Amino acid sequence: MREGRSLAFYLLAGFFGLYVLFLYGPMIVIFVLSFQGPQGGMTFPLNGLSTHWFGKLWEGGGIVDIGAAFWRSLELGAVVTVLTVVLSTLAGLAYRRRFVGQNVLFFTAIASLIVPSIVTSLGIALLFRLIDAAVKAGPDWLNESYTTGAGLFTSGLAAHLTWTLPFGLLIMFAIFNRFDGRLEEAARDLGATPWKSFRHVVLPLILPALIGVALFGFTLSWDEIARSSQAIGSDNTLPLQLQALTTTVTTPMIYALGTTTTGVSFVVIALALLGIALLRARQNRHGSDAGKA
Amino acid sequence: MTDLARPSSAGAASAACPPPALGGAPAATALAATDAAAAPRAARPRGRHGWAPPAWLQALPMGLVFALFFVLPLALVAVVSLMDYNDYEIVPSFTLRSYTETFEGCYDQLPGLCTILKTYWTTVELCFTVWLLTLVIGFTISYFLAFHVRTVLMQTVLALLCTVPFWTSNVIRMISWIPLLGRNGLVNQALIGAGVVDVPVEWLLYSKFSVVLAFVHLFTFFMVIPIFNSMVRIDKRLIEAAYDAGASGWQTLWNVVIPLCRPGIVIGSIFVVTIVMGDFVTVGVMGGQQIASAGKIIETRLNALQFPPAAANAVILLAATLLIITALTKVVDIRKEL
Repeated sequence: MREGRSLAFYLLAGFFGLYVLFLYGPMIVIFVLSFQGPQGGMTFPLNGLSTHWFGKLWEGGGIVDIGAAFWRSLELGAVVTVLTVVLSTLAGLAYRRRFVGQNVLFFTAIASLIVPSIVTSLGIALLFRLIDAAVKAGPDWLNESYTTGAGLFTSGLAAHLTWTLPFGLLIMFAIFNRFDGRLEEAARDLGATPWKSFRHVVLPLILPALIGVALFGFTLSWDEIARSSQAIGSDNTLPLQLQALTTTVTTPMIYALGTTTTGVSFVVIALALLGIALLRARQNRHGSDAGKA
Repeated sequence: MTDLARPSSAGAASAACPPPALGGAPAATALAATDAAAAPRAARPRGRHGWAPPAWLQALPMGLVFALFFVLPLALVAVVSLMDYNDYEIVPSFTLRSYTETFEGCYDQLPGLCTILKTYWTTVELCFTVWLLTLVIGFTISYFLAFHVRTVLMQTVLALLCTVPFWTSNVIRMISWIPLLGRNGLVNQALIGAGVVDVPVEWLLYSKFSVVLAFVHLFTFFMVIPIFNSMVRIDKRLIEAAYDAGASGWQTLWNVVIPLCRPGIVIGSIFVVTIVMGDFVTVGVMGGQQIASAGKIIETRLNALQFPPAAANAVILLAATLLIITALTKVVDIRKEL
């Protein structure tokens, strides 16, 4: 491009700065207000500085059990993450060859992204109502203590997977687009079985990217509302609990909760980045010796 | 390392040999050549030393999840939308009742709009406003990152800076506007303090304004990522050529950059359109549960446990969304871009 900074650069940089301010401003406000004093309200000015509302939060708050919802979301997120990584990796490997139905699967995944979440959510709710009806019509020994099949790790998990898997698949496409197939050929020529070449060649190379898939899976699940809304059963996840709280809670407790969940996200992201950095370092140590004598 | 001791016929592959029997003993198949040379580059040949699962089997788990929890539920929605219902259950007989009731009185009120059409009009209006804003903002941000930030490192840092807020829950990011926009919020305090207004401005919060603001805040980056992605792939020499041929900045933008960014623009638009069309959470929280949208109709019906009308509305919403997206994909073939 041309030399020197043009006027356009400064205008655009200013625009970018405003956008970042727009992104962060409200979050900073929430962060500050979560340290509101015991007498403080939902808005400025700050009425003293304290961690009072964080304490209130962990006491349980009375209305809903935030702690339980927090752990439920974390557990569901963990299961979703593992399944997303495993299923996406398998499918990613599959797409390196031709197979029957590959177009159908691709367009289904895209459709799952495009169909409005509430429609999918409603569909899953209907599916589990149908299953419930079928079980209840069945023999007595089956439905003695049966209430519903819908729950966190059945319908809830299903709903989350329809959201995370398309992203997982698309990321896998990007990964294998850049993957050098000659490395596998080399492994094969050295006599490696398909499993060995996957385990010792492919997997170590794509592992950092898989952490990316995991991170995507977790954050999509951790934050999910629309798909879970009808499909989750009786135990709400944290975002659903939060959504309910927006209409009932009128204290800075909800800001404290916001600061806490943001904190969790930051920890997860930091762990993921650390993992990627460690893997990169390991690759550099054990990786290529090309050109070294 | 023990592999090296095995007799290996590496390099002796000949396309004339028959393909190895799947699952055959490793030693027996060792001499049978794979058709690697003839296969497309990305193809993974069957193992000579072990069994590699066929591709369809590897794709099967994901396929099953989509079949069971996406395709089947969608079919159920379509079927249930055609069923009759009473106060507490779905009645298993087919009828168009849910659809006719949804559009009840629409024909008589023409040219005036009935409730459902008004709601859809609001939704599409909302969708269009958000789309336009996210597109303009997203395009500008991408343009700055792609053409004015010079090093890849700086591009990455600035892009990461924009993704950090995504680590906060959507609901939290929505309610974070409340202390700013509320009656006693920062904006009103500032306006009154500056003497611009005497009484707090009411339309800042729980209005279409706050809904649009929240959408733009939440989803502009969904527009930035794909547009930036297509922008960095543009050959910089094309821009130089346009400049050398005497094109002005705007001409280059309009005739070179925008056409080349079209795939990114379409993909970003699809994201934003789908989210806004189906949303009921943002509209609910930021609209103070006062604004009707297509997603809210479904939610309301569901809260009343009226599944068939909810399903009928879901089908209508899906049709409307797909209509908009089909129009968008007419502009570009997504499959080609991946």
